[in-house]
Amino acid sequence: MSLTTFSLKKSIWVYHLSAGSCNNCDIEILDCLTPRFDLERFGICLVGSVHHADVILATGIVNRKCLPRVKRIYEQMPKPKLVVAVGTCACSGGIFARGYNMAGPFDKIIPVSAYIPGCPPKPEAIIDGVVKLIQSLNGKLTRNKTNERIR
Amino acid sequence: MREILFVLLSFLIFPGFLFTAVVGLLAGWVDRKVTARIQWRVGPPWYQNFVDFFKLMGKETILPSGAQKISFLLSPLIGLIGITLTSFILWEMNLYPVRSFIGDLIVILCLSIFPSLALIIGGSASGNLFASLGVSRETKLMLAYELPFVIAVFTPIVAIRDIRIGSVLTYQMNNGMMFTHHLSSFIALIVAFFCMQAKLAFVPFDIPEAEQEIMGGPLIEYSGPPLAMFKLTKAMMLFALPVLLITVFGGGMRFDGIQALFSIVKYLIILILIILVKNTNPRLRIDQALRFFWLRMFPLAIVGFIMALIGI
Repeated sequence: MSLTTFSLKKSIWVYHLSAGSCNNCDIEILDCLTPRFDLERFGICLVGSVHHADVILATGIVNRKCLPRVKRIYEQMPKPKLVVAVGTCACSGGIFARGYNMAGPFDKIIPVSAYIPGCPPKPEAIIDGVVKLIQSLNGKLTRNKTNERIR
Repeated sequence: MREILFVLLSFLIFPGFLFTAVVGLLAGWVDRKVTARIQWRVGPPWYQNFVDFFKLMGKETILPSGAQKISFLLSPLIGLIGITLTSFILWEMNLYPVRSFIGDLIVILCLSIFPSLALIIGGSASGNLFASLGVSRETKLMLAYELPFVIAVFTPIVAIRDIRIGSVLTYQMNNGMMFTHHLSSFIALIVAFFCMQAKLAFVPFDIPEAEQEIMGGPLIEYSGPPLAMFKLTKAMMLFALPVLLITVFGGGMRFDGIQALFSIVKYLIILILIILVKNTNPRLRIDQALRFFWLRMFPLAIVGFIMALIGI
């Protein structure tokens, strides 16, 4: 395992992308950073700009208004980049799957590496999902491997 | 030839770049760990900042389309070189007080402005709205803290009537620490401490980089290695500026016998004080910060300076 991959696994900076969610998943994401769960001990911290981030935590159905912005934010992120879909809406659309305004779910628009279902998912589930994502990184990830599948 | 090689090695490795970077990143970890303990969390492991640095070195660099490319990419280097030189000269003076030259403190003060200048140049070159907001705040903050800082650091020099760091150190070696010895230096230490907090851009003076309102300010467009350099510069400042304060006010960093332990304890005390101030205060607005520095700290610094002039 190269130094870069090791470092990436130990220091994941997440960017919080809310694309038309009801705010419940966003609150649960913030819960993970509170003293009770403290994700900073794994090196995970929340950053304000997508240029600094390694992982996008995406919540919400992607509605038509959000669609170009989601694509642009994904393109602005430096490689290697990963996306985690948090919540049922982000994974499959949930109860909004047949809504007139639905352009998502996320994996129709940008490549998604991990899905965390739940409405909203518990902080334990989010941590579990992130841990599985980190484990799946083992040596597989190189700079050019992340596929550029943007529709 | 050997002389040049030796200077180059000491610039790159021992008192210079590598040493400052490693200790600075460790100090950054102390900052994060103590912050976590204050907030009743566990906090990251000791290698966290090194890992962050290497990860950022391995990421892609994105050039914004509206950016001035050369100054955008060169400004992190300017800051890094400035803070490396600051730390290098400071440690040379501490290790060999004889090598001190007239006006070395002025050189150090000038070089320690470089990281802020680099932020200003890089932020305005990136062509982002939030970055330009951060740059304007950084410029105002610099105008606010630089003057009291310079006056405060010059107070001990005036007190002993000699402008070399070497003579300040020898004076303190013979008479004990400056801030316990002279009341004027004690006042100046208080002023310089708050100015250092602003120079480090820590809460309550993290107005230019306010993560929650302008998303990192001047750093918003940076990614990959340039961002890593800015983070490294900040970590090195966290080491070099307290050492500057210890050199001028607190007896200097010495490494003979029990003094070595004492030096480390002095550094840790200042570091913990910085972290405590950082964690117990909310962020000020820029006008509040200006008022604090111009109307509170500046008169205090002047009072200390006049006391030093008449010899208290």
